[in-house]
Amino acid sequence: MVFLGIVLGAVLGYASIRFKVEGNPLVEKVEATLPQTQCGQCGYAGCRPYAEAVAAGKAEPNQCVPGGDNVAKSLADLLGVEFKPVGGGEGSGPKPRQVAFIDESTCVGCTACIKACPVDCIIGASKLMHTVIANQCTGCELCVPACPVDCIAMLPVKENIANWKWHYPVIEIKKAA
Amino acid sequence: MRTLYKFHGGVHPPEHKEESNRLPIAPAPLPKRLTVPLRQHIGNPAIPVVKVGDQVLKGQMIGAADGFISAAVHAPASGTVSAIEPHAVPHPSGLPDLCITIEADGEERWIERAPLDYRNADPDAVRLRLRDAGVVGLGGAVFPSHVKLNPGAPAGIKTLVLNGAECEPWITSDDRLMRERAAEVVEGIKIMAHLMRPEEVLIGIEDNKPEAAAAMQAACRGTGYEVVVVPTLYPSGGEKQLIKLLTGKEVPAGRRPVNIGVTCSNTGTAYTVHRAVNHGEPVISRIVTVTGNVLEPRNFETLIGTPIAEIVQLAGGARPGTTHYIMGGPMMGFGLDNLNAPLTKAVNCVISASPALFPPAPPPMPCIRCGRCAQACPCELQPQELFWFSHSRNFDKARAYNLFDCIECGACSYVCPSHIPLVSYYRFAKSEIATRDMEKKLAEQARERFELKQQRLEREKQEKAARFAEKAAAAAAAKAAAAASGVEDPEAAAKKAAIQAAVERAKAKKAEAAAKAEGAETPAEKIPQGDSDPLRAKARAESYAASTENNTDS
Repeated sequence: MVFLGIVLGAVLGYASIRFKVEGNPLVEKVEATLPQTQCGQCGYAGCRPYAEAVAAGKAEPNQCVPGGDNVAKSLADLLGVEFKPVGGGEGSGPKPRQVAFIDESTCVGCTACIKACPVDCIIGASKLMHTVIANQCTGCELCVPACPVDCIAMLPVKENIANWKWHYPVIEIKKAA
Repeated sequence: MRTLYKFHGGVHPPEHKEESNRLPIAPAPLPKRLTVPLRQHIGNPAIPVVKVGDQVLKGQMIGAADGFISAAVHAPASGTVSAIEPHAVPHPSGLPDLCITIEADGEERWIERAPLDYRNADPDAVRLRLRDAGVVGLGGAVFPSHVKLNPGAPAGIKTLVLNGAECEPWITSDDRLMRERAAEVVEGIKIMAHLMRPEEVLIGIEDNKPEAAAAMQAACRGTGYEVVVVPTLYPSGGEKQLIKLLTGKEVPAGRRPVNIGVTCSNTGTAYTVHRAVNHGEPVISRIVTVTGNVLEPRNFETLIGTPIAEIVQLAGGARPGTTHYIMGGPMMGFGLDNLNAPLTKAVNCVISASPALFPPAPPPMPCIRCGRCAQACPCELQPQELFWFSHSRNFDKARAYNLFDCIECGACSYVCPSHIPLVSYYRFAKSEIATRDMEKKLAEQARERFELKQQRLEREKQEKAARFAEKAAAAAAAKAAAAASGVEDPEAAAKKAAIQAAVERAKAKKAEAAAKAEGAETPAEKIPQGDSDPLRAKARAESYAASTENNTDS
């Protein structure tokens, strides 16, 4: 019995070193659920810090504004807590995708927006016109207040043939003959 | 006689082929205005290479292929480019897409057409020709042929399957093409076989097209290609179904035929391959069936870009009672909202629909779990389960039940006793999953970019700090060295000398003033002042020197 205890103890000891879990796996799961907009609207400096705070129980799972109630719901499921709608009360759906647009005739080339962009999606240099890499823009709006001449607008992504989706089948209710 | 295999399920919808297959293919007249969409194939849309106002020749490339999975588009007639702007296109969304509009001048001036001797040419040159001639699969999926006709796999291609099954009801364009132009189709097959080097070439034709099968058999004499007549059963013209029928091989879930050494192409594509390679003619027209509730159902060889309204007029126009139009067949096609939409390479059939021919579906009832859809499914899926999952938006489950193996053939909806529009649910679920995958990919990229930016900022901060530390260390080292050796560098020595001089000057001045006032005042009053002043001056000079040193450092 003692021998068995020693052997099993050794096995467990080895396993705890060999299969040591690096970091908190919950953080990864929470982060995978977040939309990675990096907008900071949750009060944290990006999606990763928010995920860490949520996993540590320091933040509520309903603070992600771009993710809306869908993300809040999946996070609540993941943490095993009760779902609360985003924004305290009324709740919201996920925000429609939007991209920043720089009015190039107004841009003064100050590079303020480049510093504000969390995902390095604005190209330009000092005193040269800036432009947005539209298909990588997360629509976080952080560049909008940074612009001193108000030349950045957020445009909703329009539906086109490339991003069009089949709709949920809706069956018309007709009057029975 | 070749042994035929069976695929699972299948249905027998009324064929309605005889309406349009009696008359030979008629050439359609040249329309006044042609609207050519830049997105007529799977992959990236073509990039316009002409400007508004340009004169173009018939067959001139007006949109170049963008990237590997893409194909060119061409001017269907000579004339003037009048617009490059979004225009209605035949698409289930009804959304407009970028098109090039050409006002035809009626002169039909062709570009220079040169045949390519494919037997002695580099296979890549032949494929390039196909790409630049805009050759795409005309069976419906419009996949660029130069991508498909690449043996790629190290094992090579064992079987080349030509799809002449045309199993969808009402459509007869491939039937008429094989009857009338079998020799040219076979020339195209020769080019495909040259590119793919298969061990065998099989041409599958349903047994409701005996004339087409006979014509193809006659044209294939001496080539070793085998025409295989398959029983009429929808959807035997599905790529994976036809491969199963002819070879007994099943394409695994989520894989493509090339993974099991088979390539499948439409016979109509073979014809355009022949025109492109042996005649230098790009794809600027196709054969389209106009049928249903029209006066004279028939096949027309029509220029790409012809408005669909004009194509319907070719067949004598719609008969009274027409309620809507269907692009493609009744099983897999979709309703056309706008008849101004032009003909594209993907449009093989236009059906004018009336309630008499296509009675409106009765209202859907709840699923009664009868399992008939599972019996009919040619992909051996469980359509009822997929329906429940799609209906309840349980997308992960739908994917786990191989939703993406569904070919949307509509056999399940056809047999459903509750008249549930099953395929609509699958299409909804598929596009929803695809969008989510896309969003996930974008989120992943955003996360990477965010992390890279953080790393960059951190690195820049550290670099700046390191630079400061280096400078400070260098300055300290220089000072220490100077102190240790007692030898001052010339600059510091000059400075010190200047300070010393200033101190001397101040001292001299003070002494002079003291000497002048000697008689009037007591020296006891004066001496401390004279002593303290030069000291202050020295301290001031030193602090100035220190501050300038700091300035040069920063």
